[in-house]
Amino acid sequence: MSRSNLPPLRLHVPEPPARPGEEADFSHIDILPAGVTPRPDSAADSATMRDLAYGLVRVLDDEGNAVGPWNPRLSPDVLRRMLRAMVLTRAFDDRMFRAQRQGKTSFYMKSLGEEAVSIGAAFALQRDDMCFPSYRQQGILIGRDWDLVDMMNQIYSNRGDRLKGRQLPIMYSAKDASFFSISGNLTTQVPQAVGWAMASAARGDTRIAASWCGEGSTAEGDFHAALTFATVYRAPVVLNVVNNQWAISSFAGFAGAESTTFAARAVGYGIAGLRIDGNDALAVYAATAWAAERARTNHGPTLIEHFTYRAEGHSTSDDPSAYRSSDERSKWPLGDPVARLKAHLIAIGEWDEARHAAQDLELAEQVKAAAKEAEKNGILGHGMHQPFATMFEDVFEEMPWHLNEQSAQMMSERMRKWPKPGEGPR
Amino acid sequence: MNMIEAINDALSVAMERDGDVTVLGEDVGYFGGVFRATAGLQKKYGKTRVFDTPITECGIVGVAVGMAAYGLRPVPEIQFADYIYPALDQLVSEAARLRYRSAGEFPMPITVRSPFGGGIFGGQTHSQSPEAIFTHVCGLKTVIPSTPYDAKGLLLAAIEDNDPVIFFEPKRIYNGPFDGHYDRPVQPWAKHPASLVPSGHYTIPLGKAALVREGQDLTLLAYGTMVHVALSVVEELGVDADVVDLRTLMPLDIETIEASVRKTGRCLVIHEATRTGGFGAELSALVQERCFYHLEAPVERVTGFDTPYPHSLEWAYFPGPIRIGMAIEKVMKD
Repeated sequence: MSRSNLPPLRLHVPEPPARPGEEADFSHIDILPAGVTPRPDSAADSATMRDLAYGLVRVLDDEGNAVGPWNPRLSPDVLRRMLRAMVLTRAFDDRMFRAQRQGKTSFYMKSLGEEAVSIGAAFALQRDDMCFPSYRQQGILIGRDWDLVDMMNQIYSNRGDRLKGRQLPIMYSAKDASFFSISGNLTTQVPQAVGWAMASAARGDTRIAASWCGEGSTAEGDFHAALTFATVYRAPVVLNVVNNQWAISSFAGFAGAESTTFAARAVGYGIAGLRIDGNDALAVYAATAWAAERARTNHGPTLIEHFTYRAEGHSTSDDPSAYRSSDERSKWPLGDPVARLKAHLIAIGEWDEARHAAQDLELAEQVKAAAKEAEKNGILGHGMHQPFATMFEDVFEEMPWHLNEQSAQMMSERMRKWPKPGEGPR
Repeated sequence: MNMIEAINDALSVAMERDGDVTVLGEDVGYFGGVFRATAGLQKKYGKTRVFDTPITECGIVGVAVGMAAYGLRPVPEIQFADYIYPALDQLVSEAARLRYRSAGEFPMPITVRSPFGGGIFGGQTHSQSPEAIFTHVCGLKTVIPSTPYDAKGLLLAAIEDNDPVIFFEPKRIYNGPFDGHYDRPVQPWAKHPASLVPSGHYTIPLGKAALVREGQDLTLLAYGTMVHVALSVVEELGVDADVVDLRTLMPLDIETIEASVRKTGRCLVIHEATRTGGFGAELSALVQERCFYHLEAPVERVTGFDTPYPHSLEWAYFPGPIRIGMAIEKVMKD
């Protein structure tokens, strides 16, 4: 075994700063002030901007002012639309989370605390730039004004579900919103985004691609493959890592956060890497716009680490009180993305508490009305689903003999359950 | 043409006809592929349509899926089928399921070419036949040619097909048919009628088997290299057998199989891949379910053994004339 004249080796297993019952502690996180991180030209050589991967791009300061070189100087009207989309995303999440608790659907995942990540990007990208999201970027669809009823139909797997009840709730697909079909398999979408971007470049198109994955998923092999391809072909792609500190119950240390930043992964590949305040909608917008410009001018890919916090459980199947301190959310040093954008608008005299309260109410009503509309098409397990035979469609373009046979078998099983004509769903 | 030339010609015809067809993979570009299957294509069609990739199979297939989502028709190459496993997640979880999970928003017209099979002293990682891993995946088509003529027609059909196709090329018969007699000189394709490959465009429909020899007493189901081994054993033993070259494993041409077994009453399934859980088990089960009252004997399987592919003991492992001959004797005796 061991030789007695040498000290024994020790295996390091990361441990988060606080567990349940302990006080949350983020003192180890170095939060740079807003406005101090420089903004290089988007065409600059990635070797000249390595510090950015260890910095923190922030625009909104603690007083609600937009400061520094990354300030995108958006009009109040655009800021208000961004705030509205963020609040709508939150209201949508809230209602759908409760719908799951009421037994109307099997599953839901909130994006609470991460709304700026999706909305900032949705506003900075062109609508026909192709997004390859993970399961926590519903804000992109909402930011692109996608129909809430359509999203809810998918969540309820009802008669109105365009995906025909085949997909787990929230695994949207919306080609018309340039929103790629969401997979349950982590990080597969990242090399796909690179491939889409390569195709666009090969065709002399002007559209770019963007992908999103969590910090936990950066450990997957596909992440390495994607960054390698992206740098080799200078793919016009924006690769977003949403570092929300948690991958279900594993803190970011299990993805490598104890040793470096996730933006720093870019350095080794020769890719531009930005580490940004993910709870600052203006920083997200500015970084995405910079990366999009870089991609569109054939200067290649950018990796953006959105430093944020997963304020809720991982999903409706998760209870975070079992593995993390209960006061982490309130102690999170970058605050709440909605509150910060709201404070900025109020600080510049373009918004007030009364309007905000009225908007909260209005959007909650809008979501409620959409839910009522969607529920007319049925909720999970209440019989108003897609016709049974659709189960066998779209496996292939044309249905082969064995699926025809299996479809007939399934229909005869249903007839056994509901023998009388007109009885039971068809 | 030999099979390599036929495949190269198919790729060229496809690229000529359709600007969306894009070839990518390790060493496929400037060099033209380790087996020369893509030789000359980059020169003809340019670097944005034929290009070398980093050595990452999950990247090659993942990027191809993204290209297909854009609207291209990618033809990625995996250098050896033994190295396809890092791409399994992208093939099984993504390419195979995208049409289904997006309800048709994102069809996946990709064709993954890969040399497979043994008989070349390739050892453990240059000889495998992993087709059963893919036939088990709903949403994937699996195609395996046995001649230059079929290789070109099937590859063109695969590239034009709007579903993802796994296209396994039996590397043992790239340069000539192989009858299983490893101790005799190799015959080049030139002496074989199926080496007459028309120039230009033609397709062989996917999902259609070929009855390559007609007989009354026995049905042999085979694909790839084993078609040639089976044919030669049948001639040597003087058995009056139907030899069916499946060509497409998924979707399977069940009609041709049923018609043959109902006629002969005896069935032998032959493949190089390992036995347990191999595609032969599916074929055997289907024949038993659908032709039970016509069977005169149990359905037999001749396969590779349930071991990793050995190097030095290749010919004791490979399902050659002796193993097939003994199985035929057994089936005919019952």
